[in-house]
Order: sequence, then structure tokens, then C-alpha cells
Amino acid sequence: MKLTSILATAAIITLASCGGSKTSKSELSGNVKIDGSSTVYPITEAIAEEFRAVAPDVKVTVGVSGTGGGFKKFGRGELDINDASRPIKDKEAAACKEANIDYLSITIAYDGLAVVINPQNTWVDYLTTAELKKLWEPQAEGVILTWNDIRAGWPNEKISLYGPDAASGTYDYFTEAIVGESGKSRGDYTNSSDDNVLVQGIASDKNAIGFFGMAYYEENLDKLKVVAIDNGTGPVIPTLETVSSNTYSPLSRPVFIYVTKQAAARAEVKRFVEFYIENAGKIAKDVGYVALPQDMYTKASVEFAEFVK
Amino acid sequence: MNNKPLSTTNTLHQTPFLKRNRNGKINIIKDKAFEVVGIMATLVGLVVLAYFLFDIIIDGYARVDWAFLTSLPSRFASKAGILPAWTGTVWALGLTAIIAIPIGIAAGVYFEEYAQHSRINNLLEVNIANLAGVPSIIYGLLGLEVFGRILNLGASLLAGAFTLALLILPIIIVSTREAIKAVPKTLREASYGLGATKWQTISRQVLPASSGGILTGTILALSRAMGETAPLIVIGALAYVPFVPESPMDEFTVLPMQIFNWTSRPQADFLVNAAAAIIVLLIITFAMNGIAIYFRHKWQKRML
Repeated sequence: MKLTSILATAAIITLASCGGSKTSKSELSGNVKIDGSSTVYPITEAIAEEFRAVAPDVKVTVGVSGTGGGFKKFGRGELDINDASRPIKDKEAAACKEANIDYLSITIAYDGLAVVINPQNTWVDYLTTAELKKLWEPQAEGVILTWNDIRAGWPNEKISLYGPDAASGTYDYFTEAIVGESGKSRGDYTNSSDDNVLVQGIASDKNAIGFFGMAYYEENLDKLKVVAIDNGTGPVIPTLETVSSNTYSPLSRPVFIYVTKQAAARAEVKRFVEFYIENAGKIAKDVGYVALPQDMYTKASVEFAEFVK
Repeated sequence: MNNKPLSTTNTLHQTPFLKRNRNGKINIIKDKAFEVVGIMATLVGLVVLAYFLFDIIIDGYARVDWAFLTSLPSRFASKAGILPAWTGTVWALGLTAIIAIPIGIAAGVYFEEYAQHSRINNLLEVNIANLAGVPSIIYGLLGLEVFGRILNLGASLLAGAFTLALLILPIIIVSTREAIKAVPKTLREASYGLGATKWQTISRQVLPASSGGILTGTILALSRAMGETAPLIVIGALAYVPFVPESPMDEFTVLPMQIFNWTSRPQADFLVNAAAAIIVLLIITFAMNGIAIYFRHKWQKRML
């Protein structure tokens, strides 16, 4: 008797130290199949890693087919969860409907896009969204070539532009927010699917300007300088606060997970999604993203509970 | 390495020609110049490779330890390991070898020993040579449709292995043919002369005599398969797999996927992990080459 109660106490203590979730260490097993955006991947990977402490027998796998690639599989019913750095498109939603796949979209964090320059650049104090548009819109190709083309008084030196390639969700978001149409921009810029390549490029080029997820700026503070963006209410730089309060507009975006009803009916997937919503805020910060306000996570929990009912 | 003896013999052979040629001295200078160019060309590759190895080893050697080999991936660079990745690579490679080697060698033997010069065979030969130049991502798309969807293997190890096997088949076939071509005709004739059948000649004379070349080609092909990422991404190999694959139907990840994933992370510590994973990948490659060299020597001794 005594031994059992000691064991029970030990188990409770272990559980309590395991992340403080409401449910006990479960007997859950099975698979949770996740694919999708490489932007959301670090958050999902971290959640999957932590989830092992709660349900060690559940095999959670995560792929990086991209938001669009993931939605294709999602619409075929091949996935339980899709990571998405943008909302589902009408065409993708139609495919889900056709396959009788009912799904729920859950916002899990914000990602700020940082516009960065070389630290030796002393003239750029801030940029307005209009100036960014003038620099990046398709008509700028071959026309806006020097810094004084953007604002009078800036040096007559050639600008070098850096940005993610057209396949990335970051590029889609930036062009939609700045140019006004997703996927439309000038073509004469150095692009790469690897943001670290962009960091290196901008860090070694005095006249460079580029953009990418703010995590890449925060890890390279000594090599890059962030540009404040003025959207009519004064210049704002991306920080945890300005992104989550949405004052860093329009370059902060939400990221999502999509879960199917069929999958959510399975205990292991249901528990995983609950765990995701409970821990997304803390984990997002760990991997360089911005947490949502707590009430949005609470709201997401309620919505998910409704969805699985 | 071979330059010195080669150039001397060349000069000897050329002596009568040089006597007739008034520009003999110029030709000798050209000869020397070419030797220098050849050495330079060799060095370019070696120096770049040495620099790359040096750089990677400096970055990553401290990170390669037992914990790194036996841990699961993690969001904390210092805790992350490559257990699922390297076991996945070993699994994928083993399955690929089992599928590709027998088929590749059999096809090579067919073309060299059995195939008649018919139009269909010519067409097949040209196509195999062309296949060796098809970008690997195309094989990924084929693999996704045929193995992943039609045969319903999904994103399993088996689907990956079949895809990689297709990718390296042309290389194995071509090197098998080259190796068989190099077997002296006299060997075959002697075998036939003693009353051996065609199959006996092939299995006991031709294949053992050409095993060195076949093995070299096969190992080069497998080394290529080991470094491939694109076709595996297409068929749906995963980035985060928290378990060691236990059967050919399991989902998997491989070292190049893990390396690719880590190099695109913002945190510099993950780049160190990537360098360490590259070292492990290189060690596996060298080990495989070592095994191949061992077998080649063993077989060549038995031949003598």
C-alpha cells in the first residue's frame, strides 16, 4: 500500500514538472502526420519535441513540403495537420470540400518580416510603406536603381536588393502587403530560398537592402541593421511588442495550423492539437516568433473543443 | 602520380617523329606545359575539396560525439542529434543497394553479352545513357506517382529506396558494361574452349574479372544516392522524425535532409550541427568506399 502511494505521488510530481498540462501522462499511441510550411516548421518541431514528454508512444512526424505542397496532401486526406504561413486559398478549400474534408484553421503565432540594411548604411533612418512599394513594385525594375531614386538627399549609389525567392510564403506575404498583389515584384533582385544566404549578402554589401522573417535579424544583430517602417503613424521597428500589438503593420503576419475533422476525432491528434494551443505562446518565443495575446489562445481552445464535439 | 613515367615513354615513342619535325623543341615544351596544366587541373579539385573538408571539420568536429549520434532532433541546437537521420540514411542505402545492384548488373550483362544489335536495343542503350543525365528531382516526381501513390507505398523507406534505385541504375548499368568490355577476349575464348556454357563463362570468368570495375561504379552510384535530397523531399521524406525506422514501410528522414534543414535555421548553433552532420555523412561515405576497396582486393586475389 505504502509503495503504491509513494509511486503515485512520484508520478504526480513528475507530471507536474512535465509542463503542467491538465491531462495526465497518457497511454495514447498512434501517429500524427504533419507537413507544410517551412516557416511554421520550427514551432511545430518544438511542440512535437515537447509532446513526447506527455505522450511518448505517439509518433509525430513533420515534413517541410511548403504551405502549398502541404495543402495538396491535406486535400487528399494524406495529412492530419498542415502547417501554413498563409490562410488556405479558395482552390485548396474547394479541393478539401470535394474530398469531404472538414477542417479547422488555428492561428498559433505571429511572424514579423524585418526590412534590413547593412550596418554601414548611415542614411536610411526609416522607410515609408509607399517608399517600399516604389522600390519593390514590378515597374521599379530597371528604374529605381540608386538610393536617391527612393528619397531625395540619399546618396547617388546603386542599391542591391535581396529577398526570398518567389516560391516562399514570405515573398508572397511581403509582396501582398507592400506591392498590393501577392507574387508581384521586380525581378532584378538577388533571391535565395535560404535566408542565411540573404543575411550573408546584406552583411557584406554596404548598399544592400532586403527582407526576411525577424528571427533571422534577431540572430544576426551584429551584422545587420533593421529599418523602421512608417505606415502613416510614424516609424516602427519590429519587436515582440510591436508585432503582437499589430502596431508593426503591415509587415507582421499570423501563421496557422490546419487540422481535419477526421484526424481530430482520433485521441492522439486531439490531444496533440490541445497541447499545441496550450504551449504555442511559450514555444513561439523560444524559436524566434511572436506569441499571440493569451485570449486568442483561449478562444482557439474553445473553437477546437467545439470542432471536435 | 603517373605523369613522370608516362611522359618519358611518350617522348621515347615520339623520337623518330621529332627528328622529322623541325619544331621538335617546341613540341617538347608543349609536352611539359601540358603536364603542368594537368597537375594544376588536379590541384584545383583537390585544393577546393581540402579547403571544404578543413572548414567543415573546424566547424563541426567538437560537436560529433556519442550523444549527437544517439539523440533525437530538438529545437535546442546543443541537445539535437541525428539518430533518426543517420539510421534513415543507412536503411535507405541498404534497401537501394539491394534493389539497384542486381538489376543494374543483370541489365549491364544483358547489353554486353546477350543483346543483338537490333533497333530496340539501340533505342534502349541511348535511353539509358540519357537517363543518367536526368535531374534527380524528376525521379522524385516519378517516384511520388508510381511508388508513393500507385503502389501505395506512401512516404515510406521502400518508396524512397525504389526512387533512389531508379536514379542510380543508369550509372550501375553503364559502369558494368564498361567493366565487362575491359575483360580480355582471350579469357572468354579460353573458357569456351574448355567447354563452358555461356552462363558458366559469364558467372565464373567475366563477372569475377570485371568485379573491380563494377564495384567501383556501384559504390560511386550509391555515394551519389546517399547525398540526394531533392527526390526524397518530393516523395515526402520528413524533416522531423523522432524515432528510428524499424521496417521498410516506416516513414523516414536522411542525413542530407537534416543538414539542409539545419543550414536554413537562423541560429548559428544549428550551422555547427550541420557541419557535424556533414562529417558523419562523409565518414559513412568513406567507410563504404573502404568496404568496396576491401572486397575488390579480396576478389582480385582470389582471381590470381
